[in-house]
Amino acid sequence: MNKESMMQVIQMYDFYLEELQLYLDTHPGCRNALDMFSKYQDLRKAAYEAYAANFGPIVLSQTDTSHHFNWVDGPWPWERSTD
Amino acid sequence: MWNYEKKLQYPVTIKNPNPKLAQLIITQLGGPDGELGASLRYLNQRYTMPDDKVKGLLTDIGTEELAHVEMISAIVYQLTRNMSLEEIQKSGFDAYFVDHTTAVYPIAASGSPFTATYFQSKGDSITDLVENLAAEQKARTTYDNILRFADDPDVRDPIKFLRAREIVHFQRFGEGLRIVQESMASKNFYATNPQFDK
Repeated sequence: MNKESMMQVIQMYDFYLEELQLYLDTHPGCRNALDMFSKYQDLRKAAYEAYAANFGPIVLSQTDTSHHFNWVDGPWPWERSTD
Repeated sequence: MWNYEKKLQYPVTIKNPNPKLAQLIITQLGGPDGELGASLRYLNQRYTMPDDKVKGLLTDIGTEELAHVEMISAIVYQLTRNMSLEEIQKSGFDAYFVDHTTAVYPIAASGSPFTATYFQSKGDSITDLVENLAAEQKARTTYDNILRFADDPDVRDPIKFLRAREIVHFQRFGEGLRIVQESMASKNFYATNPQFDK
């Protein structure tokens, strides 16, 4: 998968999780939503790790410290476009 | 506290500049019903909200609004790249340009700079949650109005995503209002203010 497709998968999982998070705020005992939240947390974690391994960190903790602080490498999110 | 995630909530990939449209869309950054005001409204209100579930809701929606601030800023940024001076002048972007060049600055479509008078943090649960319900609808109407002027599918797609989020937030705030009301005297919700009267 290329960078854009991998990012879209991450945005998709994060969207499921955002929706579930807000729903669970007002329905904290919903078993079905809790199970879905747990499932997508696992899928998100795997997708984040795969993305960071190929294209650099999304969160600071994924930064490579071997020789260069790749957190600062572009493009930044608002530039991720047709350039 | 907050941590940055180096990604947008939803993709913004705009090929063609359109400074005229950027001047309308910037209102959802710094305008009366924009995302910056939304985020500050909820994040300020949450401290005195009595119910833990509603504290969570205000925190989480207030945080999502910050991601929307970033999406709107990305749209404005991408719509104002690679412009000629002639395009800047013809589109009416010249007034903004003399003040900010092509930097992103929070103003309304009408040019007024962002102000905290766009929102309330009133310290009364019913008052604040009803304000939030209205705020989500006002933002939805603004997105509907933006969509009347936006032909470019690269712009319409993220704007439609943001419009849909207003409707989801309205739903969740309605549930928050119900949760708060269920904890109050059902004969008269206004007998006490749960954020002050004990």
